[in-house]
Amino acid sequence: MKLRKLVALAAVMAMTMALMAGCGGSGSSDSGDADGAGVLKIGGIGPSTGPAALYGLAVKNGGELAVKEINEANPDGLQLEWMWQDDEHDAEKSVNAYNKLVDDGMQILVGSVTTTPCTAVAAEAFENRTFALTPSASGPAVTEDNDNVFQLCFSDPNQGIASADYIKEHFADKTVGIIYNNADNYSSGIRDKFKSEYEDGGKKVTEATFTDETTDFKAQLNTMKDAGVDLLFLPIYYAPAANIMTQAAQIGYAPTYFGVDGMDGILGADGFDASLAEGVLLLTPFTPYSEDENIKEFVKKYEDAYGETPIQFAADAYDCVYAIYDAYQKTGLDADASMEDICEAMIKVFTGDFTASGLTAESMKWNEAGEVDKTPKVCIIQDGKYVEQ
Amino acid sequence: MADRLKKSINAKGLKGAAKGSNQYKREAIISYGILIVGYILLQLGAATGLIGRNLQGQFVPICVYMSLAIALNLVVGLSGELSLGHAGFMAVGVFTGILVSRILEESISAGWLRLIIALIAAAFVASIAGFIIGIPILGLRGDYLAIVTLAFGEIVRNLMNVLYFGLDTNGRLRFAFNHTIEGVETSGRIITGAIGATGVDKTASFTSAALLTAFTLFVVLNLKNSKQGRAIMSIRDNRIAGESIGLNVRKYKLTAFVISAALAGMAGCMFGQNYSTMAPAKFNVNTSVLILVFVVLGGIGNIWGGMIAAALLTVLPEALRQFADYRMLTYAIVLIVVMICTYNPTIKARIAALAGKIRPKKKSSGKKTGKEAA
Repeated sequence: MKLRKLVALAAVMAMTMALMAGCGGSGSSDSGDADGAGVLKIGGIGPSTGPAALYGLAVKNGGELAVKEINEANPDGLQLEWMWQDDEHDAEKSVNAYNKLVDDGMQILVGSVTTTPCTAVAAEAFENRTFALTPSASGPAVTEDNDNVFQLCFSDPNQGIASADYIKEHFADKTVGIIYNNADNYSSGIRDKFKSEYEDGGKKVTEATFTDETTDFKAQLNTMKDAGVDLLFLPIYYAPAANIMTQAAQIGYAPTYFGVDGMDGILGADGFDASLAEGVLLLTPFTPYSEDENIKEFVKKYEDAYGETPIQFAADAYDCVYAIYDAYQKTGLDADASMEDICEAMIKVFTGDFTASGLTAESMKWNEAGEVDKTPKVCIIQDGKYVEQ
Repeated sequence: MADRLKKSINAKGLKGAAKGSNQYKREAIISYGILIVGYILLQLGAATGLIGRNLQGQFVPICVYMSLAIALNLVVGLSGELSLGHAGFMAVGVFTGILVSRILEESISAGWLRLIIALIAAAFVASIAGFIIGIPILGLRGDYLAIVTLAFGEIVRNLMNVLYFGLDTNGRLRFAFNHTIEGVETSGRIITGAIGATGVDKTASFTSAALLTAFTLFVVLNLKNSKQGRAIMSIRDNRIAGESIGLNVRKYKLTAFVISAALAGMAGCMFGQNYSTMAPAKFNVNTSVLILVFVVLGGIGNIWGGMIAAALLTVLPEALRQFADYRMLTYAIVLIVVMICTYNPTIKARIAALAGKIRPKKKSSGKKTGKEAA
């Protein structure tokens, strides 16, 4: 009996292997012409499947677009190769993805996209000396103790402080409430700083929490309503935010919403009536509806290539690739330098007087800790578009 | 009948017991064999560079999942109860291990020693958790037990989401239910609620993980072949008959449950010591179900089957990376196909017939075991 089971298992495994061999290489984009032409291999890690897929896919596409642009603009110069691996927004899978990329010859990492996986990968990259620039992992633990990891996005504490300052300045007479996900690193990270910064001014905030599984927010919303909250700060991702706005409308509660970068994507949320998001304020470094020429061009190219409007994460990834490209030119290294050499040289450039400009900011500078210094922008959603405040 | 049952549980001289002992030997040889051969092959592969970083990085998780599959088999296979909360015990082990290892970081510099102490502590705390949860619920049967264990797993995860641990300036452990812990500086924080633990000093290695799997195997196989093990299995097969010969049903079920919890806690500790960051969100019901899938796929009660299933299902999603976004879809299809092939009698018979054609020698091996039994 047991033998038969084993045989069955083996047979299936053999079939799977055969299937895999048949499809071999179709998924990855490696071209094998690395020698001579000067190709720098940039790896990307993020969730391209699972609940956070929207972010991962945006980063994947944004990075791919930048690589394509750079390669086409200067075919004789340094060429880039974009290698993407999915991590399903899971730390264990993210480390596996990182190891896979190292196996495939990655020299510089863009990633991971989300904070907890990025924290795990950052430690591996630190030990293994890989230079990493994350487009969107905003938790403080990502850069803590890792001299090789840099953030292109604001860190969570900085987002919380910036939001609190903005609200204190522009909505001084409002009663502020927070609904946040206390099972989520990102959400509770921003909330902590927001709360301490805002309550510094002497005003209290009303709080309610939820976790990943929550789909019914009526209790939280009623708490807010009863407390007379008329400005609701939502340091959460867009999917629960969409739920909250829908259910608030159902109970006839209409506060002013204020979100952070996780709110980006709300207009594209599944089954969400985008008109409910009218008047939502959000702290985001990028708006696809900007009048800026560079952004207009990027949005057009992105829409042509992927058939959707880019979100902030795509712009972050695009900026990451350009920042890496510009910094790499300054190191004076060849494209076939080793991962370790690149890491040390890039750290020197990034912590030096290097500034990068891109879609998400005019001039970005990095400190020794790996945090970025750039100006935050607040946008309001009007007629289904982001308008800069 | 009751008398015979009693004898077969206690005595060794009986024919049945002798046969059982042969089966035990076979199972032990195969189980340890898989572990040892696997360990040697993987070590050789890693040393010669044949195995890349991607697979090397999975050595420890594979051992951990094997241990978990063995531990859960104790409850599901031997005791015949369904537990959907083993990720909870794993989480208890993970965070106990991280705490203990961090506390000892100052005084003990040898990583392996800290790991051993952390493992013992994890086993202890997880067994207490298993005991506390086991007492009220093991009177429950079947589905009800599954539901309560499911809830237990969720309680542990949600509790970890709001628990904050840190070392104060005097090096004493403190905890709180919010992010400001009295007397603890930011640098002294060890576990911060939903964010979990970050900056863990990794002490796990492939060798230590393989040794843990061997230890888990040792405990479970010996228990299975002991007086207690036979009592547990007889209760599983016929509770009334077991009670009629004076077996304390609760005691035996609790024994199996607590040992399984302790082993799951140890496996969790090893898992936690292999990554620099651990968030409670990882230990949701999906992880519990994944462990159960290892056991079911390997054959309930079949210890080495569970080990193979754990190893394959850990490596499979990674091996399928070239399918990019269709990876998990492919994974699910493979899982369904394997389940059908191993459990559908028609398909099983066909495959067996096919296997019989390929290997006509099968009869002689049957004769051999017949002789041994006689």
